[in-house]
Amino acid sequence: MSKVTHGGFLSSGIRKFGAGAIFLAQLLVQSVPALARPRLIVYQIYNAGARSLIIIMLAGLFVGMVLGLQGYNLLQRFGSEDALGTAAALGLLRELGPVITALLFAGRAGTSLTSEIGLMRATDQLVAMEIMAVDPLRYVAAPRFLGGIVAMPLLSGIFNLVGLYGAQLVGVQFMGVDRGSFWSQMQGAVELRDVTEGVIKSLVFGVTCSLIAVNEGYHAEPTAAGVGLATTRTVVASSVLTLLLDLILTAAFL
Amino acid sequence: MQSNRTLELGTGLFVLLGFAALFFLSMQLPQSGLRLTGAKSGYHINAEFDNIGDLKVGAPVTMSGVNMGEVDRIRFDQKTYKAVVGMRIDSQYNQIPDDSFASINTQGLLGGKYIGLSPGGSDTFLKDGSHIDQTQSAIVLENLINKLFASFASKPSDSQSQSTDKEEPKK
Repeated sequence: MSKVTHGGFLSSGIRKFGAGAIFLAQLLVQSVPALARPRLIVYQIYNAGARSLIIIMLAGLFVGMVLGLQGYNLLQRFGSEDALGTAAALGLLRELGPVITALLFAGRAGTSLTSEIGLMRATDQLVAMEIMAVDPLRYVAAPRFLGGIVAMPLLSGIFNLVGLYGAQLVGVQFMGVDRGSFWSQMQGAVELRDVTEGVIKSLVFGVTCSLIAVNEGYHAEPTAAGVGLATTRTVVASSVLTLLLDLILTAAFL
Repeated sequence: MQSNRTLELGTGLFVLLGFAALFFLSMQLPQSGLRLTGAKSGYHINAEFDNIGDLKVGAPVTMSGVNMGEVDRIRFDQKTYKAVVGMRIDSQYNQIPDDSFASINTQGLLGGKYIGLSPGGSDTFLKDGSHIDQTQSAIVLENLINKLFASFASKPSDSQSQSTDKEEPKK
């Protein structure tokens, strides 16, 4: 795709979006028959989800603990440190959970998807499949795409849960916020809407990040340098689009 | 691909964990959700309040600032039109006089509500199922402001017409 660069920044950008949209349509069409092979999808859920579990949980714990520290420090100035639970829960559910999970997902699972498919492209495995009348979109791209979409909301939910307990660890155990107030104020302020907002966000991010990862890998230049470039582009594009979409979705939900 | 057993086990665990997390978040966090908190030890007492403000289940019950238990049930009595608050007190605090006084206070300026107990002078103690008779409702800020304005208005009752005249041009 490096030939696009001399077409001007704007037109190449628009072309990329168009190519991505066409690829998304192709993927969606191929996703239906791909469902007939659930084992392939299960493997990709394992690859993208279960293997990202450790980093997601660690990140969730640290983010939650930081929220606990910062939230406590800020709220105690107003004598309302009991609102720490509310602050942590809303921050995690609405923003931090989906966004940080998506960023970590792009770095942990997206890169591996891109380089895997890119290497298949570089070593002509995809062409070989086409010659054998096996559609690589259906057997390589679609299961990875679907696996990513399934894994993202689950990862985000785990992130939120671990983060909440991280905030509780700092707030209640270290800083001495009352445990009952922490949870009861949180439960009083959080609505089901906040939870669904987070789930919808993480679903959208899951589609975006998986699409970008699979697309970049599938259309990577079939050289070692090309695969490397595609991997970099995956991280950059996923991160930027995740944050942009987060802004749009937040504005839509408020 | 790896051996099928570990693959399926890992995926299954991950999916289960993910759904458990989502279930917890959507069921336990929102006020409307069902609670799965286990019963804790201690004894239960009741108190009736005219107005509990925004007191919530799980709010602490304190005496002299020390946490002794929590609010575990709030319901509305249709006969007396009062809020009945059930409290669980830790069993180590078993010498609270049964004529103690319960009031709903606010933590800090913007904090949540909690129940403060002040000891009475009785020789008999609160036990499981006891009822606290003397209570003070939550202070609702709007009522306080209304009272404040009412007292302002009633004091210079003879010059009320003048004061309203003064305020007119400001608007």
